[in-house]
Amino acid sequence: MSILVGKDTRLVVQGITGREGEFHTLRMIEYGTNVVAGVTPGKGGGWVNGVPVFDTIREAVAATEANTSIIFVPARFAPDAMYEAADGGISLIVCITEGIPILDMLKVRAYLDQKGVRLIGPNCPGIITPGECKVGIMPAYIHTPGSVGVISRSGTLTYEVVNELSLRGLGQSTCVGIGGDPIIGSDFIDMLTLFEEDPLTEQVVLIGEIGGSDEERAADFIATNMTKPVTAFIAGRTAPPGKRMGHAGAIISGGTGTAAEKVEALEAVGVKVARHPAEIAELVASRK
Amino acid sequence: MKLHEYQSKRIFARYGVPIPHGDVASTPDDAYKIAARLGGRVVIKAQVLVGGRGKAGGIKLAQDAAEAEAKASQILGMNIKGLQVRKVLIDEAATDIIKEIYLGITIDRAARRPVMMASAEGGMEIEEVAKAMPERIFKVAIDPFLGLQGYQARELAFGIGLERDLVSSFTKIATGLYNAFVDCDASLAEINPLLVTNQSGGRLSLLAVDGKMIIDDNALFRHSDLAEMRDVDEEAPAETEARCYGLSYVKLDGEIGCMVNGAGLAMATMDIIKLYGGMPANFLDIGGGAQADRVAAALRIILADPKVKAVLFNIFGGITRCDEVAKGILEALEQVSTDVPMVARLVGTNEEEGRHILASAKMATAGSLVEAARKAVELAQAR
Repeated sequence: MSILVGKDTRLVVQGITGREGEFHTLRMIEYGTNVVAGVTPGKGGGWVNGVPVFDTIREAVAATEANTSIIFVPARFAPDAMYEAADGGISLIVCITEGIPILDMLKVRAYLDQKGVRLIGPNCPGIITPGECKVGIMPAYIHTPGSVGVISRSGTLTYEVVNELSLRGLGQSTCVGIGGDPIIGSDFIDMLTLFEEDPLTEQVVLIGEIGGSDEERAADFIATNMTKPVTAFIAGRTAPPGKRMGHAGAIISGGTGTAAEKVEALEAVGVKVARHPAEIAELVASRK
Repeated sequence: MKLHEYQSKRIFARYGVPIPHGDVASTPDDAYKIAARLGGRVVIKAQVLVGGRGKAGGIKLAQDAAEAEAKASQILGMNIKGLQVRKVLIDEAATDIIKEIYLGITIDRAARRPVMMASAEGGMEIEEVAKAMPERIFKVAIDPFLGLQGYQARELAFGIGLERDLVSSFTKIATGLYNAFVDCDASLAEINPLLVTNQSGGRLSLLAVDGKMIIDDNALFRHSDLAEMRDVDEEAPAETEARCYGLSYVKLDGEIGCMVNGAGLAMATMDIIKLYGGMPANFLDIGGGAQADRVAAALRIILADPKVKAVLFNIFGGITRCDEVAKGILEALEQVSTDVPMVARLVGTNEEEGRHILASAKMATAGSLVEAARKAVELAQAR
């Protein structure tokens, strides 16, 4: 077991003929992910890395029973790709694309919620269940199978943390990058809920950053709903207010969304918060 | 991307929001002409993209055109919070003001909805009202598929105790503001204050005397007209240069320059520098890949800051290969000569090759982020 992706995942790659799509499709196949189809409008009938390409999601699902999609299309076309996946029968969408306008995402999220379709991202590295299935762009070799669930708003910072975990022999059940945008498909609470229910996950690492109040709400949730230990890290203690730190969602606005508030909220409910990335692995190890 | 007051108000006006007559001047002479054309009392307002212009002396009243010219020459060239005033807005001064209200719209991230807010405490920053008297702010969450409904605007109007005669014009303004917000892909659209004035014959009316808009940078691809409004004079030159190279850079006040791949890791790198006794000079995400020209541009930008006493490279190679980043750093060093000490920490794909390449550059290397941060702080403190 694990969460979101695993042996039952049947993946369709939206934007499979693009540079990124083609490159990462091969990496995912090498990892053992069951990539059953690709979609690029106008390129149906072709093949990429041994994967059949379709013009539409509907055709791809009908022919291959794909249940999960990963999106590599440019930001201006990504909302359309998400609507198509949701309407075409996909139940889990992972959107890698960065730079989608926020007003588009408000609509996408509202529509997907209404359809009961789960979205991870956008602006995220994706999901990996080590040893089983990778639906994302993360470097696979740093991951090892195990019992630590990882949830993060970041990309390379997650790799840094996962690498430290693996070096200490702390394998991961599933690692989910939920994305660095202000409006994302799934938040910390959604993922904490799944990890709490997952029998293979023994503890959870939560990697947050400045901006918004997702970490504070996660802290409330942890206090009342989590029996498994959670270790956290919040990036951006030195970030100035009013400046966007790379990620569209990483901004302290109107004095709220600071790292200090998030650390305080998490520590108040008993979550251990690491001061730097390597300390996360130390704290996790101390709980084994 | 922030818009100037005059840009925001002109957009609002296109959506039926009443604004004062006025125009923008970049010389005292132009200010005179505009004021003469408007006639009567005018207000001269510095156009800079920071708050607190009034307190800084950037907003002044003038009785006539001659005084407007004099006041404009005081304000033009003034430095407000590090920004030089290059333009002033000359607006007809409002008269017979009864009260000032606040009307704004932003995105509530937790509710995942645009939220329109109104308060009878106009003129104050909404964040201050939110802290001091949150019960005075009235909010409505808007369904992104339906848009602002009339009843929602009326709820705000009645909530803030607006005079009944004004409710229908308030509703028109609220609707206009919402439509401007959506059509421009804004993340903030704000009228503060929206004045209630007493016109001749005792008729009340509303007037938007100050406006602010922030446009979602990610949506600029579909708003070439708005993209052209960007005022690069208002940015730190290094931030403008960084944007041209596709780098994400924010200048800070410390002495250790950072070059990192990934935004989260870049923040974590800044934080660990502080944890070990230093201060970061910047946030910089070089993004994926490692083309030498981008690394060189990043290095040039970091070293242009005279406070920088050491530079820390923190690269987590995944899809990005460490040896390629190392080559990029070497090529960059050929283009940018410097004696500022550097520490490189390369981890991940092809890290050994990367370290080998950098050995020829006599650069300090580190295996862990903790070690890298310690070394960078030591090197900076030794200078």
